[in-house]
Amino acid sequence: MNGPRLNLQIQLSEGVRFAIPLAGPVSRYFAFLIDICIISALTTAFQILTSFMRALQQDIGTGLLLVFYLAAWLLYGILSEYFWFGQTFGKWLLGIRVMDSAGLRLQLHQVVVRNLVRVVDLFPLFGLVGGTSMICTRRLQRLGDLAAGTVVVRRSLSTGMSGLDITRGRYNSFLQYHLLCAQLRQKIAPEIAAVALDAIRRRDLFEDYARVALFNELAAFFQSLVAFPAEETEQLSSEQYVRNIVEILFSPVAPRPKTHDLPTRALA
Amino acid sequence: MILDLERFLARERPKWDELDTALRRYETDRFYRPSFEESTRFFDLYQHCTAALGRLQEIAQPELSQYLEDLVARAYAQIHSVHGRSRFRPFDWLTQTLPQVFRRQWRAFVAAGLLLLFGCSTGVVLLSIDPAAKSVLMPFPHLLNDPNARVKQEEKDKGKRLNGHQVAFSAYLMTHNISVAFLSMAAGMTFGVGTILMIFANGVDLGAVCADYIQAGQGTFLAGWLLPHGVFEIPALLIASQAGLLLAGALIGWHSRVPRIDRLRLIAGDVFTLSMCAALMLVWAGIVESFISQYHAPVLPYSFKIGFGFVELALLIWFFARAGSKPRGSTSRLL
Repeated sequence: MNGPRLNLQIQLSEGVRFAIPLAGPVSRYFAFLIDICIISALTTAFQILTSFMRALQQDIGTGLLLVFYLAAWLLYGILSEYFWFGQTFGKWLLGIRVMDSAGLRLQLHQVVVRNLVRVVDLFPLFGLVGGTSMICTRRLQRLGDLAAGTVVVRRSLSTGMSGLDITRGRYNSFLQYHLLCAQLRQKIAPEIAAVALDAIRRRDLFEDYARVALFNELAAFFQSLVAFPAEETEQLSSEQYVRNIVEILFSPVAPRPKTHDLPTRALA
Repeated sequence: MILDLERFLARERPKWDELDTALRRYETDRFYRPSFEESTRFFDLYQHCTAALGRLQEIAQPELSQYLEDLVARAYAQIHSVHGRSRFRPFDWLTQTLPQVFRRQWRAFVAAGLLLLFGCSTGVVLLSIDPAAKSVLMPFPHLLNDPNARVKQEEKDKGKRLNGHQVAFSAYLMTHNISVAFLSMAAGMTFGVGTILMIFANGVDLGAVCADYIQAGQGTFLAGWLLPHGVFEIPALLIASQAGLLLAGALIGWHSRVPRIDRLRLIAGDVFTLSMCAALMLVWAGIVESFISQYHAPVLPYSFKIGFGFVELALLIWFFARAGSKPRGSTSRLL
């Protein structure tokens, strides 16, 4: 899901460029189904609440009910997206939200237009038109999004680095080889370091055989760049080897011992 | 990997937190107006975080980059969104923005009107050629009867049929017509095909009904029945279709060098204004149809109903032609 086709690319005037992952049709469809359930629940609740009034004043009660039906279908999406950072309850549950396609603040007219055009997106059944539009457009936009200049993105689920225990509390014997650590830092490209870190973060998502194969490959690659002494590596699994390497790459550099003289860092 | 992450974080994190706090304030209150010092500080923090993001991207720190990207994107949205800081003022919107938008996009309204006239003419011609086609052309079952018989029945009935149901009937008319109007607008996204078909079909219905009643010599009844609510209902449909044709025009973009996405973005505000205008007009039309149009002579004289319709029409024409033509103080956009 990280291909360029499924990201909203934002280029800041400051020269920095980054990508926000777009929400796919499936998550959007399920979010919409949840919203339909909520709207149905709201209208049913209103129907029950006004049943007493309809018994006394059937004309006014029925009129109110009809207006409430339309208002609930139209205003639920409009108000929640406008006042709740582009989210409805369904979108919030699925971790997605609406945003302006240029990365700007979502405007009221955008929210209204995208919700009104939904009726065409749902045509003829099960959102066929909207789904086709999403598949055919670069930013996964249904017709309502195209008309309003909006996209639906996945909410950031960033947790920061704090929750990640890279070495699992084990002593990292590699750290005593300052020269080798320095060589490692110099030789490994940032992209490769990020891949290794990502592999550790996602290790529980892999099947066992895939995890072993992945860490074997990474460990072999790191060994080909810098060879730590055999007595330090022979008892280590490939995964622990990679964890040690990642700790060296991402953790702060320890004070330089007098016996080693390589400059290992330069604060950017 | 030449970055001491821990020191970098210790130095930068307070600024990120400060920016996050400021952003929450802006996001919670959409109309929050910061002081000059607050604005300057906010911009400094944004630039600082952008620089930090650039540095983190260089060393491929996915977790932190993601966090900062989110923060910078939110700040970017606040800084670069020049519209939408003003509170929405319904009175200004109604008396200034709405008529101005209508006049600015008059061509689409004329096109919708011509399409409706074409549909009406087609309805008249079809009914004249084949009177038996009435069952196909009439929009509602009660219009299938002989117009003379219906007029007699309605005048004899004295509006009792609707007594005690006016509010529900009015609500039904409003919700139904508003749904149709919004559909007509939204159908503009089918390159205008849906909108054109809807205007034409409504025109055929209207033309057939008018031809049927006029041929039966019930022109006065027809005017008294349709004018009070029709002078709002039909223009409302045309205005919704005007919005639909605007969408279609932006989607197609004849001879335009502006990218499609920007063309749509440019007219989205006008589409919103016109759609809301149509909805408001249909609320009024629903009330009038239920409480005035359906009551015929002798309850409400035809002259009163026709006169009422013409007064409404005159006010409507004045409103769209003249209202909001003089700027009132602030020139900032309302939306």
